[in-house]
Amino acid sequence: MAIATTLPVAARAGNGFGDWAERHSGRIMVLPAVLIVLAFAVFPLIISAYLSVSRFALAPGGYKLSFIGAFNFRRLLVGQQQYHFLGTFSAFGPLEWGVAVLAAAALLYWLYSYLISGKLRPMGLVGRLISAGLGFGVVLLTLATIVAGGFPGSLMTTLVYVFVGVSIQFSIGLALALLCAQPIRARNWFRVIFFIPLMVTPVGIAYTFRMLADMEKGPLAPLRFALHLGEFAWATDPWSARLVVLLGDTWQWTPFMFIVLLAAVEARPHEQIEAAKIDGAGPFQIFRHVTWPAIAPVAATVVLIRLIEAFKIVDLPNVLTNGGPGLATESMTLHAFIAWRTQDLGGSAALGYILLFVSTVTCVSFFNFGVARARRYQ
Amino acid sequence: MKMRNLMGGLAALLLTSAWGTVAHAGMYDGVTVNIMTFTGPQIAEPLQRHAPEFEKATGAKVNVITVPFSDLYTKLLTDWSSGTNSVDAGVFAPQWMGDYIAGGFLQDISGWVAKDKDLAWDDIGGFFRDFSAKYNGKTYLIPLDGDFHMIYYRTDVLKDAGLAAPLTWDDYVAVAKALNGKDMNGDGTPDYGSCISKKRNAQAFWFITSVAGGYIQSMGTGQGFFFDPRDMKPLVNNEAFAKALAVYNETTKYGPPNEINLDVGDTRGLFVSGRCALAMDWGDIGPLAVDPASSKVVDKVGAAVLPGSKEVLNRDTGKLEACTAATCPYAIDGVNHAPFASFGGWSGGINANSPDKVKEAAYAFLSYVSAPAQSNVDVTIGKTGFNPYRTSQFKDLGPWLKSGMSEAAAKNYLGAIQDSLNSPNMILDLRITQNQKYQQVVEDEAVSRFLAGEIDAAAAMKAIEDGWNELNDQIGKDDQLAVYRASLGVQK
Repeated sequence: MAIATTLPVAARAGNGFGDWAERHSGRIMVLPAVLIVLAFAVFPLIISAYLSVSRFALAPGGYKLSFIGAFNFRRLLVGQQQYHFLGTFSAFGPLEWGVAVLAAAALLYWLYSYLISGKLRPMGLVGRLISAGLGFGVVLLTLATIVAGGFPGSLMTTLVYVFVGVSIQFSIGLALALLCAQPIRARNWFRVIFFIPLMVTPVGIAYTFRMLADMEKGPLAPLRFALHLGEFAWATDPWSARLVVLLGDTWQWTPFMFIVLLAAVEARPHEQIEAAKIDGAGPFQIFRHVTWPAIAPVAATVVLIRLIEAFKIVDLPNVLTNGGPGLATESMTLHAFIAWRTQDLGGSAALGYILLFVSTVTCVSFFNFGVARARRYQ
Repeated sequence: MKMRNLMGGLAALLLTSAWGTVAHAGMYDGVTVNIMTFTGPQIAEPLQRHAPEFEKATGAKVNVITVPFSDLYTKLLTDWSSGTNSVDAGVFAPQWMGDYIAGGFLQDISGWVAKDKDLAWDDIGGFFRDFSAKYNGKTYLIPLDGDFHMIYYRTDVLKDAGLAAPLTWDDYVAVAKALNGKDMNGDGTPDYGSCISKKRNAQAFWFITSVAGGYIQSMGTGQGFFFDPRDMKPLVNNEAFAKALAVYNETTKYGPPNEINLDVGDTRGLFVSGRCALAMDWGDIGPLAVDPASSKVVDKVGAAVLPGSKEVLNRDTGKLEACTAATCPYAIDGVNHAPFASFGGWSGGINANSPDKVKEAAYAFLSYVSAPAQSNVDVTIGKTGFNPYRTSQFKDLGPWLKSGMSEAAAKNYLGAIQDSLNSPNMILDLRITQNQKYQQVVEDEAVSRFLAGEIDAAAAMKAIEDGWNELNDQIGKDDQLAVYRASLGVQK
């Protein structure tokens, strides 16, 4: 700084571009990346927003797009495609009403706690209202389409894949990570074996699992005959079909959880573990008070990444069941893909935007109320 | 502008004259033709097999690109409408050509066909030549296949049980019920009474039309099956369609446990491995059943025209009524049959926006595959997926006998197709704008939900009716009605 002030005026004028470049070097460095993001992410997002309020139709020499407002969204939420997206509702009984009231009370209490916490901020309140609204909507939808005896649509099916699938994958991945972190023989061999499914292309996984799940000719068929299970077809029952999709998804994604959690588990502070052992702590106490606080930030992050990915599930239901039986295994992405395949580009884009909203609210909520809390351990 | 039109016309004239020439070695040296069709082995197999022969004969390299059936329509549309034009020709369902022509993507090949003696155009059956290949009087497609739904039955099993081939759908259900659970291939495990592909988002959505046909259409092809040609009212919410859904659902009880997740390839495999007493399919099972490498039912298979009904729909009341001479003029022994020309036969069309030399080579290849020298053999091979569509293929039994079919079986198989083809009450497949959405989306989805137990028959019928009405309103009901009427007015 001192040197700059001693430079003659002419010298400073001669280095005008250099100074400007130096002053803006950060922004210049970032600009290419910004342009790429704009071109490949934001621009398609804007175009698909336009598509979601349009109707695509073929026309001589190409196609035409007509503006139809929110029709595509109305069609999915309250119109002709409601059964497909939200599901078929059944009337609430006492159980459903009871659970709904409890859920509403819990969410209201949560909001009230925030209001009186002294940390009230406008954006924080808006975010919590959106999260609570979506959460309550999901509870109502679950009650109307699953508990009360209706039929889930692609939204509820996706949420089942996301929350049930990610929970199972996290549990198995963590268990395997804890096992492989033990000083056991052939530890590296186990790690490679557990990691293999993640390295196979998703469609390859789907076809492999389709062969594995074939109860007539697949590897499990002899088991069916040996156990005298009779004619069994998982593909004809909605929940067994969803379960098979979940199994395939778990087979594919557990290695991802496993490998990241293994790294976190192995990075635990060994001094603390040894100290805990000296103090007489058992394995569960060590896990609860040493291991979990150490891996919680990584665990929260890996779950967040997996949540984002899980919302986009399409390969397995498409290959295994084509979304059937009926609509039972159709995820939102597959729903959107099928709509796109039939030229319903507007409906497909509308679905994409709803998926974006649901996954963003879910992941931001998880980040704010899960990851942020986990980081407090650090 | 005028000069450009003139030059364009001249180029077209020169191009047209080229079709009359006989392909010769080196004629298309350096030309590459990309043809898209569905993932085989059927349909893609003969194209892939003939491509090297064609390259050797003409120099043109033919790449056969395959995609899943459910993607084929859109893949072609996307490639052509976006101007990518990486696909020079497609082998697809003729009912989609209206959408492709509306966009200006399909080449009018009327003049080229007229000059092409090797193609033996007049040998192609009238229905395929005049309906499947043409649109508004112009020829856009070259037929490679003939398609009708039929039923197949195990002659030995029915004979042993003292049962006759089903004439009505009630008969079909009764036979399926009687034979379900019997061991029909001697492997010690119970087999199935009926095998019908019912998988969603696959090629199964045509089958419900085949069941409903005899209940809904009785006054001839022009009466129409899908909509009332008077006012475009969908004919899917009435007692006749409800009866068809009930029959269709009941056949599931006597089928493989995972029948609602089986595609046509799966049910064909089950039938030729001796696991089904009855099956509904296109003409593919006939040739597949005589392939000793894979079939356990050689010379044990009968084919028959689709079963019918003794009751038909009164379109004014929506009720089923007993057939009379007035309401079922084409009934045979009181049974109204309505054979369904489902799909219309795989046919080849050329991208109008491909380079001229490539279009010429693409046409020459499709013509080569369709020519009697190739197709008369191909239709006798089960794995090709090609079924008879030329007059010579029905008259000359030679290739059929050579393929391993007995004379009796060949006559029975070809007779069943001809009964369908010659029926004055044949159902034409839907060929209105965006027909894919009507059948492959709305109808397929509702019937799948019904079969899965998600909704009852009434809800399924309402879903189809509402979906079709919504599409009519979106696309333009009057326009759709005009196109529908025009499609029914075609003389066979």
